[in-house]
Amino acid sequence: MRLRWLGGAAMLALAACGQPERTGSASSASSSEERVAFPGDPFPSTYRPYPGVTTLITNATIFDGEGGRVDGGSVLLADGKVVAVGTAVNAPADAVVIDGTGKFVTPGIIDIHSHLGDYPTPSVDAHSDGNEATDPVTAQVWAEHSVWPQDPGFARALTNGGVTTIQILPGSANLFGGRSVTIKNVYARTVQEMKFPGAPYGLKMACGENPKRVYGSRNQMPSTRMGNVAVNRATWQEAREYMAEWDAYAEDGGDAPDRNLQMDTLVGVLKGDILVHNHCYRADEMAVVLDMAREFGYKVTSFQHAVEAYKIADLLKEHGTCASVWADWWGFKMESYDAIYENLPLLEAQGACATIHSDDPDGIQRLNQEVGKALGDGRRIGIDISDEHAWTWLSFNPATALGIAEQTGSLRPGKMADIVLWSGNPFSTYTQTEKVWVDGALLYDSSDPTRRPVSDFELGQVGEGDVK
Amino acid sequence: MKRALMSAAALLLAVPAGAQTIAITGGTVAIGDGSQPIPNGTVIIRDGRVVAAGSGVAVPAGARTIDATGKWVSPGLVVGLAPVGLVEVSGVEETDDTDPGKSPFSAAIDVAPAINPKAQPLQVTRAEGYTRAIVGPVAGDSIFAGQGAIIDLGTDMDALMQARAFQYAELGQVGGRNVGGGRPGVFAYLRNALFEAQAYKRDRQAPSPAGHDGFERQLTRLDAEALVAVVDGSVPLFVNVNRASDILTVLRFNQEFPAIRLVLVGANEGWMVAPQIAAAGVPVITAALTDLPETFESLAATRSNVGRLRAAGVKVALRTTRNTAQEAGNLVGLAQVPGATGLDWGSAFATITSAPAEIVGMGAEFGSLLPGRRGDVVIWDGDPLEVQTGVEQVFIDGVEQSLDTHMSRLRDRYRQAQPGSLPKAYER
Repeated sequence: MRLRWLGGAAMLALAACGQPERTGSASSASSSEERVAFPGDPFPSTYRPYPGVTTLITNATIFDGEGGRVDGGSVLLADGKVVAVGTAVNAPADAVVIDGTGKFVTPGIIDIHSHLGDYPTPSVDAHSDGNEATDPVTAQVWAEHSVWPQDPGFARALTNGGVTTIQILPGSANLFGGRSVTIKNVYARTVQEMKFPGAPYGLKMACGENPKRVYGSRNQMPSTRMGNVAVNRATWQEAREYMAEWDAYAEDGGDAPDRNLQMDTLVGVLKGDILVHNHCYRADEMAVVLDMAREFGYKVTSFQHAVEAYKIADLLKEHGTCASVWADWWGFKMESYDAIYENLPLLEAQGACATIHSDDPDGIQRLNQEVGKALGDGRRIGIDISDEHAWTWLSFNPATALGIAEQTGSLRPGKMADIVLWSGNPFSTYTQTEKVWVDGALLYDSSDPTRRPVSDFELGQVGEGDVK
Repeated sequence: MKRALMSAAALLLAVPAGAQTIAITGGTVAIGDGSQPIPNGTVIIRDGRVVAAGSGVAVPAGARTIDATGKWVSPGLVVGLAPVGLVEVSGVEETDDTDPGKSPFSAAIDVAPAINPKAQPLQVTRAEGYTRAIVGPVAGDSIFAGQGAIIDLGTDMDALMQARAFQYAELGQVGGRNVGGGRPGVFAYLRNALFEAQAYKRDRQAPSPAGHDGFERQLTRLDAEALVAVVDGSVPLFVNVNRASDILTVLRFNQEFPAIRLVLVGANEGWMVAPQIAAAGVPVITAALTDLPETFESLAATRSNVGRLRAAGVKVALRTTRNTAQEAGNLVGLAQVPGATGLDWGSAFATITSAPAEIVGMGAEFGSLLPGRRGDVVIWDGDPLEVQTGVEQVFIDGVEQSLDTHMSRLRDRYRQAQPGSLPKAYER
């Protein structure tokens, strides 16, 4: 997926700015004529892992993130990577040893749905950067251009939540909300320094009440669900035509087509390089979206919120589309009226891909507890999912849906050492995070105030450096 | 106090005549009064009231006995301030009776006539172990939102326990936006409104010949009348403030009108002035886990707020509609974090049971399993502060309640997503 994305991006000429470049210079081995192209990655990640020390956590209960469990196990991390997990792990003599007795070790939590940075706190109008609600189709906007790296919420998600990777999405006012960005949850001066290296882009889409309300209230299309779909289909049709123009140009040359930044993103989806994360609540609407995706030749990677996913678990399984859901948000709008607490376990029991998600700067601090609720609710109706398997909802499944499962999301040796040490079973209300590593760097330690991030905004304010 | 006794007596008349005696045995019993849970305890309910709870309690002859071995037994949880029963779907305006809209009234607004015991959110809240609620309105173009009520969450149509139980006011940035003029505008408005209430009361007692007392009227007659109970101190005034300086301002203002019985709502920066709040004897209703600088009024928000307030001697109740048990559990967990302040189990559980009841003067009626309290009892399949725990049985006034909801029925219908021999519409 990653390689495909890079190749596709180069071919597709995706960029937001600047003059076209000329490819096929004299030094090129290519014999083809020159083609107009654009930088494929105009805002590249400049993320660099912070240094860590070789660390061995011993005698802990380990959930590996892919459904595996080791009791009385050890985890060795070195050079930013997971080195070994098991009951008998050999560590170098200079490794820092942490006694994990009575504690639990898991992969860092991955929140597939956040607005940290684009709806940061304090939530004043000047910070409201999540919805470019001026047109129902804004596939050309990129969430990363709104993300404020100083959002105090990043610190809470890391320290209280054990969240190490976050997908930040545009809001759901628009049918095509724009591109998402996946970040490592490490404070930085620039968003580029937070961007998860090599993570594919996502496209936020939205169905249902929000787009039709926002534009319908302005007497503008769409004002209905059928209007939503009509605008979507017209836009996808335009994208297919645009893609055909550029494909023909790549094949045959001639005059370069006009560049359209909005269409560039959609072509990225049609080529399979950009993953669609579609805000959608109702089962019937999700089914319509799946048919629309088939009509225009793209895949819906995930439905976001998906409160009625349990009604179509079979359909989601058939399409290989994940549902990213809350544990218990219910009834706050008409399309959430049929939410049930057993959504996650029912999806799991019927073989559909599921993840927890927050969409909320408070909820992101307790995603482990949200899964705990779903586990309890599932078990009460006879769906007995193990604790270790449930962790797939928190790390491996979201990593898969974000196209980064080769790099993170589980404790397989060689992966990024994104790890949380919990004071006890993380599905208990009483458990707290003790330590959090990102790429092997210890970035939170509850017993060490110097390992507690304070964003620029909070510096010199009342409560600076408090445990929060 | 006299008034409280009278209203309690009036309430007795509304209690359903549940003549049954129920004994719940063998469970871990949480009294709700701040004490630690009692293993292998017994709870006796007779005629709709708690008779005894704890260890060494004998089961009366002829009692319906429920074996709660391996389970937990507690008083019903209390919703500390939320619009339960006033809203069906918050995003659907016509179902939301907290929406102030263009009402010409403010303090006079009384939520009681709007309470719908059949509202689905109320059913869901009951199914999660809540049996009573402090129900509050939302402010429109005023600092005053109106008068809240105390209700039970039973299945019958008789939810109202006490109407006009408190007045609710926005004295921070929300109030400043509502009435204009920011905080200075808020306090000018507040002072004037209370003067008018006092004038209205005088005028009502001895009407001036001209029917005019010299005041320029800002409030309607009904608004002024509602505020008489506030300036008299016969009902508490809930004030939503969060900034530490706002809290001190409100406490100083209270000295100007000393009869007013303040309750602080929010108080996200309360920990910074906890000794002053404690000295004033003012209780707090707040959310336990607010830790973001959501506004410039809450820059110092921290999960340690409740623990630090309690440590200073402030009575604290939790406020959100749902998940307050989870919040309370987190306060217990927080106690292990260096530098943080949490609560022990008994104190945490009290924030969602006896404390909210006591803040509205109902501690003798509900919120604990002390003898004489309403027979509001929940049997849980585990520790009620754990997120994985579920509710097994709920009693209100000694009457067992249905736990069926729209939600539970959907769950049962869609246990398997695909329809069987008939469409899903026939499965029920």
